[in-house]
Amino acid sequence: MDNSVSSQDSLVSVRNLSFSRGNQKIFDNISLDFQRGKITAIMGPSGTGKTTLLKLIGGQLFPDKGTITVDGQNVHNLRRTELYNLRKRLGMLFQSGALLTDMNVFDNVAFPLREHTHLPESMIRTLVLMKLQAVGLRGARKLMPNELSGGMSRRVALARAIALDPMMILYDEPFTGQDPISMGVLVHLIKSLNSTLGLTSIIVSHDVHDTSAIADYIYVLSGGKIVGEGTPKEIQESDSEWVQQFMTGAADGPVHFHYPAKDYVDDLMSSGKRY
Amino acid sequence: MQHTSTQDTLVGLFVASGIVGLFFLAMQVSNLTSFVDEDSYTVTARFDNSGGLKIKSPVSAAGVKVGKVSSIYLDPKTYQSVVQLSINSKFNTLPDDTTASIFTAGLLGEQYVNLEPGGSDVYLQKNGKIEITQSAIILEKVIGQFLFKSAEEKK
Amino acid sequence: MIQFIQNLGRNTCISFNKLGRSTYFLLQTMSGMFSVLGRPRLLLNQMYSVGVLSFLIITISGLFVGMVLGLQGFYTLSDFGAEETLGVMVAASLVRELGPVVSALLFAGRAGSALTAEIGLMKATEQLSGMEMMAVDPIKRIITPRFLAGLISMPILAALFSAVGIIGGQMIGCGLLGVDEGAYWSQMQANIDFQDDIINGVIKSIVFGFVTSWIALFEGYDAIPTSEGVSRATTRTVVNSAFSILGLDFILTALMFGDN
Repeated sequence: MDNSVSSQDSLVSVRNLSFSRGNQKIFDNISLDFQRGKITAIMGPSGTGKTTLLKLIGGQLFPDKGTITVDGQNVHNLRRTELYNLRKRLGMLFQSGALLTDMNVFDNVAFPLREHTHLPESMIRTLVLMKLQAVGLRGARKLMPNELSGGMSRRVALARAIALDPMMILYDEPFTGQDPISMGVLVHLIKSLNSTLGLTSIIVSHDVHDTSAIADYIYVLSGGKIVGEGTPKEIQESDSEWVQQFMTGAADGPVHFHYPAKDYVDDLMSSGKRY
Repeated sequence: MQHTSTQDTLVGLFVASGIVGLFFLAMQVSNLTSFVDEDSYTVTARFDNSGGLKIKSPVSAAGVKVGKVSSIYLDPKTYQSVVQLSINSKFNTLPDDTTASIFTAGLLGEQYVNLEPGGSDVYLQKNGKIEITQSAIILEKVIGQFLFKSAEEKK
Repeated sequence: MIQFIQNLGRNTCISFNKLGRSTYFLLQTMSGMFSVLGRPRLLLNQMYSVGVLSFLIITISGLFVGMVLGLQGFYTLSDFGAEETLGVMVAASLVRELGPVVSALLFAGRAGSALTAEIGLMKATEQLSGMEMMAVDPIKRIITPRFLAGLISMPILAALFSAVGIIGGQMIGCGLLGVDEGAYWSQMQANIDFQDDIINGVIKSIVFGFVTSWIALFEGYDAIPTSEGVSRATTRTVVNSAFSILGLDFILTALMFGDN
C-alpha cells in the first residue's frame, strides 16, 4: 500500500487503479485522494466511468489493478461482514434516488435504521423526522416515491443516506436533470450537511458551474486518465486545452464531437450495407 | 413496509383455507379415514387363483365393507394364492364356515373379496383360516369354456 | 458450418454459465432462510402478494377444470356403464396431475412473472444496488422472503385447486348429470390413497413451487436492467417455468407412480 504523506489525512485514497469493462479501458492507472471533511468533486464528460469509480469505492465492483483504501481499510481485501460494516459508515446518493418504491418516504428513511439498529419505534420516528427536517421534507413523510418530483426524491434519498450518520457521502450526479431551484436547494444542502455533520463528500458530476461553487478540490477525468486537478480556481485557470474545453463547454476540441467512425465520405458511398 | 392488519388477516385466511383444503382431500377424498382402522384382526384365505385382487382391495359382507386385503403371496408348496384379510374388529361374529369369493364390481370394475357367512356357531378368530373359498372368475377362461362347449354341442 | 459449431459452442458455454450462476444464486438465497424466519413480517408481506393474490385465479380455474372433468368423464365413462367411478376419475386426475401442474402453471403466470418484473425493475432503478450500499444484503432482504413465500404458497394453492375441482366435478356429475352422490364419494375414497396420491401430489407441488420461484427470482435478478431486458426476463420466466414444470412432472410421475 502506498502511504505517501498526502494520504495521511485523506479518508479515501485510490492508488494506481486500473479497471476495464470488456475491451474498454475505463481507468488507466489513476491515483486520487479525498481529504477528510472536504468536498471533492470528480468531473468529466459522460461515459468516463465516474459512477464506476463510486461503485469501486463502495466495493460493489473489483478493480483489475490497484488499491482503494477507505479509512485505512483496503476495500477489496475486506471480508463480507467487514465490507458491510464499512458500508454502514458510507452514504451513497444514487442518480435516480434509488428509493424503495413499495414504501413511503418515512419508511424509506427509516429503512437503514430498522435494518441495522434495534432502536425502539419511537426513537426511529424521532431520528427520521430529524433527518427529514434537515432536507426540508418533514411534511412529505406519507408520500410514496412515485408521488415525488425528481428533486424531492433526491432529497429523501439524501435523508436516507445520512440516517446512520455516516462519515462520508458519495453523490452520484446530484445535479443532473434538476430545475434551477431544486439545484440550488441541493447545492445548499450538500454544503451545509458537509459542514454541520463534519462529513467527507465525494461528488461525481459533469455540472461545471454548481460543482465548482461548492467543491474544495476537483479532479477532471477523461479517457481513463486524470487530465486536471486542483482547487476550483486552479481548474478555471488551467492552461490545459482539455480542461478548458470541458469548463467552457466548447463543442469540439480535444474531445471530439463525433463518436469514432470511418471516414464520413467513404461511409456514405459504401451503399449496400445495412449499417 | 405497508403491513396492514387486513393483509395479515388475508394471509391467515389463505393459510387456513389451504389447511382446510388439504384436510378435505385427506378425509373426504382419500382413504385416510379407513386407514385409521381402530382395530382389526387378520384371517387368511387360500385361493386357487386370486385374479386381479390387490392389496387394499375391499373386503365386504352382504355388500357392506368390513375390511381390506392386507397381503397377497404365493404359497411355494401348494402354488395357491394366500390372501390375508384385515377385518374390522366390529365384525367379529363371522362364522368359521364363511365362504370367501372373489367378485368383480361391475363388468369392468375392480375385484373384491366377498364373505358369505355360513351357519356355524363358532366364530372366526384372530389369525383364523377361511376354508371354503371360490377363486376369481377369469373372463378368458369362461369365454374359452363357453366356446368349447358350444362347439361340442354343434357336433 | 463452422459458424454453426461456433454458435453451438458459445451457446452451450452461456447456458452452463447461467446454470452455474443460478445455482450460486439459489445457495445464497437458501443461506438467508434463517434470518428470514427471524423476521416473519417480511415473509407475511410476500405471502400476501404471492399467495393471497393468486387465490382467486387458482380457485376459479380449479372449479372450471373440475367441472370440465366431470362433464368429459361422465360421457366417456357412461359408454362403459361406469358412471359411478366418475369421482375416482375426477379426483385422481386432479390430485395426481392437474392440481399440482395447472396450479403451478397459473402460479408461474400470475406470481412468477410479477416477481421477475418486480426484481428486474428494482435492479433497473438501482434499488438493489442502493440496498447493497446501505449494507443490506438484497438477497436476504428481498429474494429469500419471496422464495420462501412461493415455496409455502404453492402446495396450499395446489391443494385448493384440487379440492375446489373435486367439488366442481361433483356439482356437474351429481347435480347435473345424475351420478349418485354416495357412489361419487365412496368410490373416490376407496380408490384414492392418502400416501400414494395426496402426499405425492403435495410433494409435486412443493417441487414446482421451488422451481418456479427459483426461476422467477433468478431471471429478475439476472435481468438486463432496461425495459427490454425486464420484459424479456419476464417472458423467459413463464416459458422456462412451464418447461420445467412439465418436464419435472413427467420425471416425478415416473418415480412416484411407476411401480404399480
